[in-house]
Amino acid sequence: MAILRKLAIAALALGGAGASVFWWLTEPERLGPETLASLGAGDAVRGQRIFDAGGCASCHARPKAEGDARLQLVGGVELKTPFGTFVAPNISSDPTDGIGAWSLEDFANAMLKGVSRDGQHLYPAFPYPSYARMRPGDVADLYAFMKTLPPVAGRAPDHSLNFPYNIRRGLGLWKLLNLRAEPVVAFADGTPEKVLRGRLLVEGAGHCGECHTPRALDGGPKRSQWLAGAVAAEGTGIVPNITPGGNGIRSWSESDIAGYLETGFTPEFDSVGGTMVEVQKNMARLAAEDREAIAAYLKAIPAEPNGYPPAKAAAN
Amino acid sequence: MRKYVLAITALALATTAALADVIADRKAVMKDNAKQVGVLVSMVKGETQFDAAAVLAALTTLNDNVQKIDVAASFPKGSDQGDTTASPKIWTDAAGFQAQVDKFKSVTATAAAAPAQDLDALKAQVGTIGQTCAACHEAFRVKKG
Repeated sequence: MAILRKLAIAALALGGAGASVFWWLTEPERLGPETLASLGAGDAVRGQRIFDAGGCASCHARPKAEGDARLQLVGGVELKTPFGTFVAPNISSDPTDGIGAWSLEDFANAMLKGVSRDGQHLYPAFPYPSYARMRPGDVADLYAFMKTLPPVAGRAPDHSLNFPYNIRRGLGLWKLLNLRAEPVVAFADGTPEKVLRGRLLVEGAGHCGECHTPRALDGGPKRSQWLAGAVAAEGTGIVPNITPGGNGIRSWSESDIAGYLETGFTPEFDSVGGTMVEVQKNMARLAAEDREAIAAYLKAIPAEPNGYPPAKAAAN
Repeated sequence: MRKYVLAITALALATTAALADVIADRKAVMKDNAKQVGVLVSMVKGETQFDAAAVLAALTTLNDNVQKIDVAASFPKGSDQGDTTASPKIWTDAAGFQAQVDKFKSVTATAAAAPAQDLDALKAQVGTIGQTCAACHEAFRVKKG
């Protein structure tokens, strides 16, 4: 009897220790003083460029919003994935329904650490694993721009996720595996400035890797197949390989890529389609030099075979 | 019984072949549309000189192709199977697809009736056409491996 009691106490202690370790590992981590100090004052004009590069409106404005409605960030767009349905929240400057009450520090913690104002983990459907690679100054610029956008009242519904993905705290473990501030592609010294500027846009604000890189079972990007193309998270299609390998855009020149991002036409004069339509509209708003930098980066990264399985043979 | 099976098989093969023809035909039309649009885009990009006669010719051919589109004939049920990127949404949202086709017809008719006479006008025209292509490809085409 005494032995049983001792075993029970030991089991409880072990369970408790496991829980403590889980709690300790999954603690939401905020930005350190060094990063916070490097945020700077932020400039709204520069921030508009980041807003377009990130395509914030594509998820946070109402679906199909055009013109001024594109700047009403009321949320509500749904992302249906194998983990469940994510709903983009209101990020307008409304102080109660949006993020109007957030400080720059709050905003930077969300963008770079995936931590909300009230200290909870955010789901990476909000692509902070990409934004974590942005320069703090760019985040401050974006904050300044978003402050100029109108407040819009209204709350989007909550996410609707399957177990165990509905346990927010678990994201702490996911972040340990997947959240890094370093660039994905390391370039040698002497790499042209243009390529490095493209890297910031593609790997950071532009978050291209979120769709163009295949994901592991835990939903994290497979860095060894960076931008190699992937099975689409929504629907049945694929997202193309945009490295110089496989059968994606290998034959495209830099000006072909920049031209596609500007006009929506491929070198064969096919048009942009699928979810890239929204992205291309955002890319068309950037300065030509930004599109050229993106193109230079895409030509400079390692060639990868396609990150998606080959199509099934045609029916006949 | 055997005759019956043979007949069914023959019918099934014929249907598959017919669908393959439909798919091949609509791809050929799309290819030609791309060719005409390519004439215009090359001018906008500055790769070729603006040429009003070539613009008229391209817009006229494009419009002729587009006015001939008959959704019922070119997109019969089952023709999302095979060597095609047609999305099943064409059939689940038939009204939405028809609306896109109608929009395309009106855009190319307007453009062909008043072809651009200078590069700036052409840029605007190509922009409108491109948005029309993209709007339909956004919802009704599936990229495949």
